Amino acid sequence: MIALGQFLEVLIGGLMSGVLYSLVALGFVLIFKASGVFNYAQGAMVLLAGLALVRALDLLVANGLPLWVAVILAIGFAAVIMAATAWLIERFVIGPLVNQDGLTLFMSTIGVTFVIEGAAEMIFGSDVYPLRLFPTDAWFLFEGLFPGGILVNKLDVWGALIAGVLVAGLAVFFQRTKTGRALRAVADDHLAAHSIGIPISWIWFVVWLVAGLVALVAATVWGTKLGVQFSITFLALKALPVLIIGGLTSIPGAIVGGLIVGAGEKLAEVYLGPSIGGGIEYWFAYVLALAVLLLRPQGLFGERIIERV
Amino acid sequence: MASIARRLLILATALGGAALSAPAAAQNEQFIPILSYRTGPYAVNGAPYANGVVDYYNLINERDGGINGVKILIEECETGYATDKGVECYERLKSKGPTGAAFINPLSTGITFALTEKTAADKIPIITMGYGRADSKNGAVFAYNFPLLGTYWSAADIAIQHVAKELGGFDKLKGKKISLLYHDSPYGKEPIPMLQVLAQKYGFEFTPIPVTHPGVEQKSQWLAIRQHRPDYVLVWGWGVMNSTAIKEAAAVAYPRDKMIGVWWSGAEPDVTPAGDQASGYKSLMLQHGAGKFPAHADIEKYVYAKGKGSTEPGKIGEVLYNRGITNAMLGVEAIRKAQEKFGKQPLTGEQVRWGLENLILTDARIKELGFEGMLKPVSISCSDHEGARYGRVQQWDGKGWKVISDWYTADESLIEPLVADVSAKYAAEKKIKPRDCAKET
Repeated sequence: MIALGQFLEVLIGGLMSGVLYSLVALGFVLIFKASGVFNYAQGAMVLLAGLALVRALDLLVANGLPLWVAVILAIGFAAVIMAATAWLIERFVIGPLVNQDGLTLFMSTIGVTFVIEGAAEMIFGSDVYPLRLFPTDAWFLFEGLFPGGILVNKLDVWGALIAGVLVAGLAVFFQRTKTGRALRAVADDHLAAHSIGIPISWIWFVVWLVAGLVALVAATVWGTKLGVQFSITFLALKALPVLIIGGLTSIPGAIVGGLIVGAGEKLAEVYLGPSIGGGIEYWFAYVLALAVLLLRPQGLFGERIIERV
Repeated sequence: MASIARRLLILATALGGAALSAPAAAQNEQFIPILSYRTGPYAVNGAPYANGVVDYYNLINERDGGINGVKILIEECETGYATDKGVECYERLKSKGPTGAAFINPLSTGITFALTEKTAADKIPIITMGYGRADSKNGAVFAYNFPLLGTYWSAADIAIQHVAKELGGFDKLKGKKISLLYHDSPYGKEPIPMLQVLAQKYGFEFTPIPVTHPGVEQKSQWLAIRQHRPDYVLVWGWGVMNSTAIKEAAAVAYPRDKMIGVWWSGAEPDVTPAGDQASGYKSLMLQHGAGKFPAHADIEKYVYAKGKGSTEPGKIGEVLYNRGITNAMLGVEAIRKAQEKFGKQPLTGEQVRWGLENLILTDARIKELGFEGMLKPVSISCSDHEGARYGRVQQWDGKGWKVISDWYTADESLIEPLVADVSAKYAAEKKIKPRDCAKET
């Protein structure tokens, strides 16, 4: 019974961690789905959003504003920063590179990553800034059934709820709104979309803005978990296997990929790790991703790529 | 907001094309390179340390006009705590200044491992105060390595001494479970051999648990700890790994007062992100802790009053800042010692190595330097490149660090055989003929 309790605890903890990875992966999916650009800068955008949020929040609270008012204003400020970032990226990076191939656009986002990281730390600081928007203690479930119960962290549950709401909202946005449909049209073919009157610049601004807002949501959860600091950018690396498994174009895929990566890496670390020296979860996620790549290169939920030759 | 505005101004200036001017070397300057990390995942710990180092060198120039009239010339190089960048910085800076680098402080055990052979070949001392390779205490083999004030083997022994004291004696260690949560890098792995020796001697069960760089995700490690229920968890972390460990410990309800961090896991950035959850957390002290001493008053008077400080005045006296000034002071005193033999002029790394190896800081000299209360006497020799192996334990009470123990001295009778064994293997592997320390002066 102890072994089963431990297994369930690790499994649930892994699934919950996976959802938190999905929060970051969603930003990648959004931009790729709508513009065909693999946005390497998503981790840096989470950092920027988090720093803008926490620094504004600290300032407002220090000036005597009630916490709930300060939180709303700080989120508003961070959203404005992300909107400005989206505009700058569209205006000076992605816009001028329209019709360039995917690799060129990808390389440009690597450049954007370093600019955002450097500018964010220079403007907002490079310390660790605590953020406490959600509870971080734990529930201990089924204590009568398993000695010590099964630990479930409240922050992880909040993360899962937020991810669920995000996915539902994004699904409605993409499927039911005019802008969402325009985004999909631009993703399919920039020139064709432009020829029927869809303003590409505006659409790309919108998609980078939405990705920026998703980054802000991810920053609220990860900032509460780690404190807002540079290491948040490493989450991009945790999101990559999630994307490979779930597929670059599928929002539900980002969630399912996250669940697989989270559960897989935690179970591997706890049950396989001790026999081979431990510290395996970081690369084990990529083992899972490689296995999926071999069997289904477009990911479990990705669109099958069919090219006329 | 003023600081944000200031940063914006800096950014605007940078974007405007302002270039950083490279320091030009004059003939009567002693060049000291500073390998630092002010960006990246470890910047929160690297920056305050670097600020302390830079401020102390500036103090010597501003207050004393240099070391016996020889001005200190510094240049920082950003390593990001990455070994490859550290090696690159070393290669770029080692020959600068009229006599090359006086010594090098890599502030990374990984970079130390990578540079050990290079610095020996270049005859440039590598000072690794409180870190680096523990076997390099043996100066007969490692002529240019100086793991001053404490190696990780000394730290491991001091940590176990403190655990034994809390339990009521060394005999109480038998059957206890002690885990090591470590950064999966040369740094984190360094104490393992010593802890294995200690586990064998005292009969406790030792379990090493690695955490992958940078340490943002530790859930599986802490779920394993929750199941294993160790009596103590030693934390060998750096940067975000430390605060994450404390938060995860809180999440699994592991008592924070049963966690003991190494001295690199016991600074303000390690505990403040965890808020109240960090209360009770303990760490070793590399002798000093937080707080201000006469040396700080001089820094405020001669450096900050002139607008030449490296950090916000409120951060003067934090743990890592103090470690930075201590490290810089030891380097300066080694140069001063070497000047007694080689003259009051810029010295080569080889000459400074002699100064390090013959450096003795008595209580009186430490007081004169303004470090009384931070540091105990140091005596470095050919056979002992560590120079001192004292430590204390501090505890975070939610607002500040409180010293909760007397001084411990690492047990040489346990450490020395391991040092001799491992350094002899290194000497054999690298075909180094150990020096006869009895003949060294």
